[in-house]
Amino acid sequence: MTTTVAGRDTDPVGHRSAEQIGNTPAGPRPLPELGKQRTARAPTSVDTVLDNGLRVIAVRRPAVPMVELRLAVPFGGMHRTHAARAEVLAATLLRGTADRDRFQIDTELARVGGDLSTGVDPERLSVSGSALASGLRVLLDVLADSLRSASHAAGEVARERSRLVERITMGRSQPRVIAREALQRHRYGDHPATREMPEADDVTAVTPAAVRALHRRALVPRGAVLVAVGDITPLRVVETIAAALAGWHSERAATELAPLPEVTGGDLALVHRPAAVQSQLRLSAQAVPRTDERYPAVQLANLVFGGYFSSRWVENIREDKGYTYGAHSGFEFTPHGATLLADADTASEVTAAALLETRYELGRMAVAPPDESEVDDARHYATGSLMIGTSSQAGLAGHLTTLALLGLDVDWLRAHPARLRTVTTGQVADAAAEFLAPTRFTGVVVGDAERLAAPLSALGGVALP
Amino acid sequence: MARIPAPKLELHRETLPNGLRVVLAPDRSAPVVAVSVHYDVGFRSEPEGRTGFAHLFEHLMFQGSESLQKLAHFRHVQASGGIFNGSTHPDYTDYFEVLPSAALERALFLEGDRMRAPRLTTEKLRNQVDVVKEEIRLNVLNRPYGGFPWITLPPVLYDTFPNAHNGYGDFTELEAATVDDCAAFFDAFYAPGNAVLTVAGDLEIEHARELVGRHFGDVPARPVPARPSFAEPAPDGERRHEQDDLLAPLPALAIGYRLPDPVADLETYLAHEVLAAVLSDGDSSRLEQRLVHTDELVTDIGAGCGLMGAPLDARDPDTFTVTALHPVDVEAGRVLDVTDEEIGRLADNGPDPDELSRITARWAATLFRDHDRLVSRTLAVGAFELLHGRPELVAELPAMVSAVKPEQVAAAAKRLSPDSRAVLLVRPATGPPEASPEASPEGSPAGSTRALAGGAA
Repeated sequence: MTTTVAGRDTDPVGHRSAEQIGNTPAGPRPLPELGKQRTARAPTSVDTVLDNGLRVIAVRRPAVPMVELRLAVPFGGMHRTHAARAEVLAATLLRGTADRDRFQIDTELARVGGDLSTGVDPERLSVSGSALASGLRVLLDVLADSLRSASHAAGEVARERSRLVERITMGRSQPRVIAREALQRHRYGDHPATREMPEADDVTAVTPAAVRALHRRALVPRGAVLVAVGDITPLRVVETIAAALAGWHSERAATELAPLPEVTGGDLALVHRPAAVQSQLRLSAQAVPRTDERYPAVQLANLVFGGYFSSRWVENIREDKGYTYGAHSGFEFTPHGATLLADADTASEVTAAALLETRYELGRMAVAPPDESEVDDARHYATGSLMIGTSSQAGLAGHLTTLALLGLDVDWLRAHPARLRTVTTGQVADAAAEFLAPTRFTGVVVGDAERLAAPLSALGGVALP
Repeated sequence: MARIPAPKLELHRETLPNGLRVVLAPDRSAPVVAVSVHYDVGFRSEPEGRTGFAHLFEHLMFQGSESLQKLAHFRHVQASGGIFNGSTHPDYTDYFEVLPSAALERALFLEGDRMRAPRLTTEKLRNQVDVVKEEIRLNVLNRPYGGFPWITLPPVLYDTFPNAHNGYGDFTELEAATVDDCAAFFDAFYAPGNAVLTVAGDLEIEHARELVGRHFGDVPARPVPARPSFAEPAPDGERRHEQDDLLAPLPALAIGYRLPDPVADLETYLAHEVLAAVLSDGDSSRLEQRLVHTDELVTDIGAGCGLMGAPLDARDPDTFTVTALHPVDVEAGRVLDVTDEEIGRLADNGPDPDELSRITARWAATLFRDHDRLVSRTLAVGAFELLHGRPELVAELPAMVSAVKPEQVAAAAKRLSPDSRAVLLVRPATGPPEASPEASPEGSPAGSTRALAGGAA
């Protein structure tokens, strides 16, 4: 169907001026008021711990005939080569068991519209999956079989090792990865948290026996969480999960990442990346976790600074100055604490100017704190975007998994809008002064040091390479 | 095999007297609502000498209108608890908001105001040229494989400016853009009769109709431009191009083939989409098994319809792509030969029925999952109304994909002929980078395979 209005004009002769386009006879119109907000009905859910120590959260959300699964196992390790072994383990976990080879796993999953994938970071090993709701049992069978008896066969281990080495090479050619690794070293030295991507040599040295040993020792249910969200009946699904995963057990509990040292304010480190045309600014400060009573106030203070588009920082360095495409400030949570991370990428010629504006806006958070309308806008955004983010099965499953690893639950999620509602402007101002002051921040600038060294030294507070 | 349920999708369509097509898609399962506007102009329509203009203009549409000062659009959406963005595609440009449903009227007001009277000024233009240049540095110039293959493959496969040029644009041409260019572009392409408004989610039909009429009914009708054909002949041989990427650590290659017309011959197009899944979806797929696991020639390989990472996102001509990353010690020719061999095997024998039903089940599940996100569903409804005049396709596609027969997949494989295709070979850096890629005259060694995400992200 196409609709033609007033004929089709192939080459309009002449057009209105920008001035004419931007003005109508009626003039500007008032912004409509908000209507009445319907609230989401609380979905039925179950939150329980199975005999093997696995916490299971099942939530009914039947908008589409699908189910989402998220398994997260705390997966900390102190050894220098832990990250390499963990990566190979994750890469071969779904590549064959005593009963199924790689091909069979994929075909069984595909028949029920299913997918399973794995990932690992210094904090946890994750398995993420989905399937048509009618295929949940197949999804669970494949998952359980892999958790119980993944073979980590020599051929698969060798193949995945070489692919990992290539992916590591690829990863370390990306500016954002270079900046991330520089920031982690700058904040945490050689703490295990810094090993988000293993060394290629360590990966090459991983043996199938080492992977199997790590699997037996660390990939265990006690301390882990499994979340299922979708077109399911929670009580029944918990029974199905318990039956499917009954054979997965261990006397040991999953290992949490060792607590991170506190981030203290200090000089940024300039990291040289030859011939870079754009620089990565990464600034970080210690914050408070979700369980802290000041969290909602810090959350709103961060939003006002740089946590959403309508923030002081974005409006300054993007919408006023054009220094960046995207600037964002957000929380990073670990089991023991939280930090703020502010990031922006800017052209070499405006990097120093962008840093100056960034410090200015952080300074303003401390001495010209958010006013009532800024706090209200941030409050509405925090409430609405949470509602939007949890309105899909996958979004809700992701949120619940993250919360569960921090010891929180569905009730915390449901109560959060009320927490945001009761925060006062004064509390947000206090939080801004305490947590967003520029002196609390440290970080890195990655870019072409030959162009950046002079203007950054002029600003000060930057350690040159 | 799992029985695949039919998707539920309630649709109400109407056309306002000014030509604006409106699609309402109520779904009250969550108290959120989405509004999108798709304009029938993308980067294939931008004028020569103004590469990147359609995307730059998309940014300007966020910069204020008669009732909204600069910054007001973002602030009103977010202070209502909502999110927003826009993106520029070969044949269309979309804008959207997702908000708690109490803010429905506000979103309609914001979209209506910029459809009626955007305020285009030099200051905003200069600011957004700077922002877009930073976006291009981020996604193309300052990273390995920037623009691979969506920017770098088309000039090898296509000859004409609309199909071959870089939709992100050349810095010099972006800088040359004037406010009068913006006025001409808006007047030519942003007429209500050239747009589709989609409202989806927690809404009540009569109320939504009334609000749409209130905020869009008095946008004056303007002439709708004739939609040009971008058709050009398929290549009559294999075209090859080698490109140096100073930032890339590993070689990469992309193969581009021409697809059947997605609108005129949707059935055949979908057979190619099924073929893409048979080739590269999952560990049991043909190319994954053979090239990644058996012969160990590539690190990763993928096949698919469309240049921007999704099928059915453009009109004719559209591109089938195969992309692969491989180690330095593997010859690109070897990767091509084995890929051709696997495609040839499918052309001769077709997929087996079990393979096909697996693909179908997974394809349907992926679609359910994608459309469970209100924003994806809304944008799909709008795009299908715009490109196909049939938003119902959003719900009909799983059945259409299920109906694809093995012989149709074999025929699709036969069309992927080495005698009519483009091959792009990316050569990695051999030493430390010396010159800034930004200094090169073309300025685009390359980025993401995603759509140009504008506005906010």
